[in-house]
Amino acid sequence: MIAAVQKAFESNFFYQFRRDPVAVGSASVLLIFVAMAVLAPLIAPQNPYDPLQIDLMDSEIPPVWQQGGDERFVFGTDPQGRDMWSTILYGTGISLLIGVFAVMLQAVMGVSMGLVSGYVGGRIDSFLMRLADIQLSLSTLMVAIIALAVFQAAFGAELYSDLAIVMLILVIGIAEWPQYARTVRANVLAEKEKEYVDAARVIGLSGRRIMFRHILPNTLTPILVISTVQVANAIVAEAALSFLGLGMPVNQPSLGSLIRNGFDYILSGQWWITVIPAIVLIILILAINLLGDWLRDALNPKLYKET
Amino acid sequence: MDTLAFLIKRLGQAAVVMLVISIIGFSIQDNLGDPLRELVGQSVSEEVRDELREEMGLNDPFFVQYWRFLTKAVQGDLGTSYFFKKPALEVIMGKFPATFELVLAATFIIIFVSVPVGIYCAIHPKSFFSRLAMAVSIVGISVPVFLTAIFSIYIFAIYLDWLPSYGRGDTVDLGFWRTGFLSLDGLSHLILPALALSSIMLPLFIRLIRGEMMEVLRSEYVRFAWAKGLHPSRVYLLHAFKNTLLPVITVGGVQVGTLIAYTILTETVFQWPGMGFLFLEAVNRVDTPLIIAYIIVVGLIFVITNTIVDLVYTMVNPMVRITGVKG
Repeated sequence: MIAAVQKAFESNFFYQFRRDPVAVGSASVLLIFVAMAVLAPLIAPQNPYDPLQIDLMDSEIPPVWQQGGDERFVFGTDPQGRDMWSTILYGTGISLLIGVFAVMLQAVMGVSMGLVSGYVGGRIDSFLMRLADIQLSLSTLMVAIIALAVFQAAFGAELYSDLAIVMLILVIGIAEWPQYARTVRANVLAEKEKEYVDAARVIGLSGRRIMFRHILPNTLTPILVISTVQVANAIVAEAALSFLGLGMPVNQPSLGSLIRNGFDYILSGQWWITVIPAIVLIILILAINLLGDWLRDALNPKLYKET
Repeated sequence: MDTLAFLIKRLGQAAVVMLVISIIGFSIQDNLGDPLRELVGQSVSEEVRDELREEMGLNDPFFVQYWRFLTKAVQGDLGTSYFFKKPALEVIMGKFPATFELVLAATFIIIFVSVPVGIYCAIHPKSFFSRLAMAVSIVGISVPVFLTAIFSIYIFAIYLDWLPSYGRGDTVDLGFWRTGFLSLDGLSHLILPALALSSIMLPLFIRLIRGEMMEVLRSEYVRFAWAKGLHPSRVYLLHAFKNTLLPVITVGGVQVGTLIAYTILTETVFQWPGMGFLFLEAVNRVDTPLIIAYIIVVGLIFVITNTIVDLVYTMVNPMVRITGVKG
């Protein structure tokens, strides 16, 4: 175990990482965000879900550095009197949770379809790839908006707000599978021609075993690279959907619903309710995107190229 | 001949997509709420209800009902909006000009900014301006469109108080079309939403044009054009840029759906009285006919633009005529 860690520290990959200030910076920012989200119940001054800890008398207090600020509330409070810093800590957690789980769903669906498509080929391949083309051209956000709008209308707003987190993961997860399927397929097609696959086939291994145990490990690099960008996209999609009122409800806010919640007050001068969560969201997305860019350059995998 | 076969194939595909969308629309209508209750309310006895249900054909098999829905839809009858008490299609089309003008203005900005910037960045990749443009574009990709919209409202409408923050302003009625292009007030209302909508696509197209152009500039025929001693502007624009157009058109076609989705976000932030804003209102009011009408109209716009993009692509690229028929 220790040897493995030591080996990782001495590897070329880690050396490249250490040398690049942008990579180190964005990775640290991302780590801080994850730590903030995980430790939210411990470090947040107040639990924004607990009505007993919220006092309506504290509503709409500006951040400390502005006149009228209160040092109990570093980033001010929202119209319900909740501490912005606490809601942001919890909200980041919900945004990251939805992003990661949606991407896991995408990866499971996309990787298996890509493997089958590339390995089996023929009609199944052309059917799956045509499906992927149609799915991609429909645009994730459009599909998600319509699907969630219909669910919300069908379930009613009450029931929907309880199910929102599951629905968001399902919709964002299902809509983006082609990204993985195309990349994995392109890699499978290249790997399939290699000798180790022939060897495995000659020993008489089953197709499933060759696909998952032999080819899949060799396509992990591109999967890792697109996963970073996909998490960023999923978080943005979640924020956009919550902003439209189709995502997380106000009493269990993600970053997107915090922004929506504050948007009604921006015209009356309470800018911090919207702008602070918005800046947090932008920094989070930027960190993930920069890290993804660096990973792509460093690992230089064979990605699906649109032509 | 080849183009004709390609056209027929594309139209076939478009018809299939529209059929799927109509089935989705129909099943929504079937499952959201009880049309009988919307019509007569709660106070009618069970017998009268059964009679009415039979009369309206609600007991017919699924496919009979679906066929009825489809024939009506083809004739432009998508039901009556519960809220507006007017035909749903009429309500949607009344909002169409606002959305169309917003998209048109945004497309204008995208083309006239991304093409020159992309070409410049490809020709002078090391210059300060190119590096700046690339750095700004990665930040631009990371900022979601509704945040660009919110920030531009905060800066230009509230802080500086230069531009209006919501609505469409004065419009001029052309009889069949209410346009905001012809009045100064309408144009000033258009600036912020159009900028916000274009902001999300700009980085993508700048990067795409730059990448493709740099690849083309390294190719043999461009070097031959230089060797012939042609004027630089001729080499860059006629020889190189023309060939970067193909991937740009393809990606543009893929982005149509995304652009429609972003109009919903932009219209919500700026309270722009377009189709997307209307759709969200309809969702909140559970106005089923209006939801279905929006899905079908948007599906139709999407299919039509995609077919046009494909046709333009065949015209620009002679190779696709052969591959298009084979595959």
